[in-house]
Amino acid sequence: MKDSIFRVIENRALTPNIFKMRLCGDVSEVGQPGQFINIKLDGCYLRRPLSVYDADPISVTVIYKVVGRGTEIMSRLKNGTMLSVMTGLGNGFDIMAAGERPLLIGGGAGVPPLYLLAKKLVERCSKVSVVLGFNTITDVFCEEEFKRLGCEVTVTTADGSYGVKGFVTDALPEGYTYFYTCGPEAMLKAVFDSTGTSGQFSFEERMGCGFGACMGCSCKTVSGYKRICKEGPVLKKEEITWEG
Amino acid sequence: MGRLSVRLCGIELDNPVIAASGTFGYGYEFAEFYDINCLGTFSFKGTTREARFGNPTPRVAECATGMLNAIGLQNPGVEKVVAEELPRLKRCFRKPVMANVSGFSIGDYVYTCSVLDKEEQVGWLEVNISCPNVEGGGMVFGTDPKAASEVVAAVKKAVTKPVIVKLSPNVTDIVSIASACEAAGADGISLINTIPGMRIDLKTKRPVLANRMGGYSGPGVFPIAVRMVYQVASTVNIPVVGMGGVSCAEDVIEMMLAGATAVQVGTANLVDPFACRNIINELPAVMDKYGIDRLEDIIGGAING
Repeated sequence: MKDSIFRVIENRALTPNIFKMRLCGDVSEVGQPGQFINIKLDGCYLRRPLSVYDADPISVTVIYKVVGRGTEIMSRLKNGTMLSVMTGLGNGFDIMAAGERPLLIGGGAGVPPLYLLAKKLVERCSKVSVVLGFNTITDVFCEEEFKRLGCEVTVTTADGSYGVKGFVTDALPEGYTYFYTCGPEAMLKAVFDSTGTSGQFSFEERMGCGFGACMGCSCKTVSGYKRICKEGPVLKKEEITWEG
Repeated sequence: MGRLSVRLCGIELDNPVIAASGTFGYGYEFAEFYDINCLGTFSFKGTTREARFGNPTPRVAECATGMLNAIGLQNPGVEKVVAEELPRLKRCFRKPVMANVSGFSIGDYVYTCSVLDKEEQVGWLEVNISCPNVEGGGMVFGTDPKAASEVVAAVKKAVTKPVIVKLSPNVTDIVSIASACEAAGADGISLINTIPGMRIDLKTKRPVLANRMGGYSGPGVFPIAVRMVYQVASTVNIPVVGMGGVSCAEDVIEMMLAGATAVQVGTANLVDPFACRNIINELPAVMDKYGIDRLEDIIGGAING
């Protein structure tokens, strides 16, 4: 965990309400896919936690959906803006469990953390399949980015305007060895019920601090109470109880 | 004694800055950021007799100048705190620590306090009779002078360490509650706990918090806290620990002028994990700016004689 100053070097819309922001700064604590960063914005009291989409030796990139005041302020940040950013937060995806043919399942604003994960997995697995679910064609993002990594990509839209009509669970391929997923809770529950192997789920929750102090984001698991910001956001399928 | 040091119920603090309960866990999350031995002390996460998960999520909500929380006293229960948390705490903090205790009956308070009283590192017991986020407990004891004095008297009989009673601002007459606690034997008063509040999500048209209501904290409550500390410190003859929205060294000094012997910093820790350390580091320069030689000299300085 680290708190340092980052500079906005890119911030642009990918769809009408999905933005991509690249931040330049000390990335020494940015590493494990599935971890998140926590950004202090002028005009917001609490920080805004965002999962890491991609990272390189000088910068970290996030992709976020504009859902409220904080993300609206964020979407208007100009290049050169300096931000206090906490990095290296949470417990990310364990890539050792993937096997030869992992499956990545992302829904809407839950897609971004799967990209850095896919980047790591294509280096070690013979095949990486990706299923991305959106509501409609204008919401679709990142399909090409996953393809460029060499992943086999299927896109679903709820209204059938692009790709397979339906939900991610209508398009799960055969033969995967393990899965990783991030998306709205209703999707995560459907994935839980539709998958035949073990896997890992990345959860979202309103957070106070983002580093385990306030207990704002606790959830119940098979192995006791966990904090989404500290023991999570990634939990293993076997731990999940879907209560509290 | 140094420029910053104060005495709180017979124990010397290197400085008056105390990280507030519920914002500092059992210390070790913050020890990952800095050496927390620079603190005066900290008050650890509110502990109850039995383990508690707390309220359903969402249990935090943002406000313009602070936040609401409805955690609901999540903690592993006093036995586990003693067996697991305190040994871990001891590895990152070597000073006397403040043990924050909540309960749902007088028996709960007495039991939990007497267990923690036996722990060597516990310097003070902070008896929280002001949690707004649990049913049938906490705040019901803190909003009635008679109930408050019964809890305090029962706990005092069972323990040897100083008892600081943490009060709710959600009362019509804070002075009568504080005075009742003092009469029942309290060694100190800490205030304010959070102020009940609510946020409503315009999209869902429902309260943001699953618990509907939560406790408001952060810079927005600071003037209310200063007023209540002033009122209580003007009346009681035991030390007052001031808290509520303290975010910088100037706030610490203002609280002390209002009558606080020591000052707790809470919500600020959640936004900036270095908040307490920064405040402590800034204090000498701010004291110089306002011509303050020793902090102990300014306690209650704003109260008319």
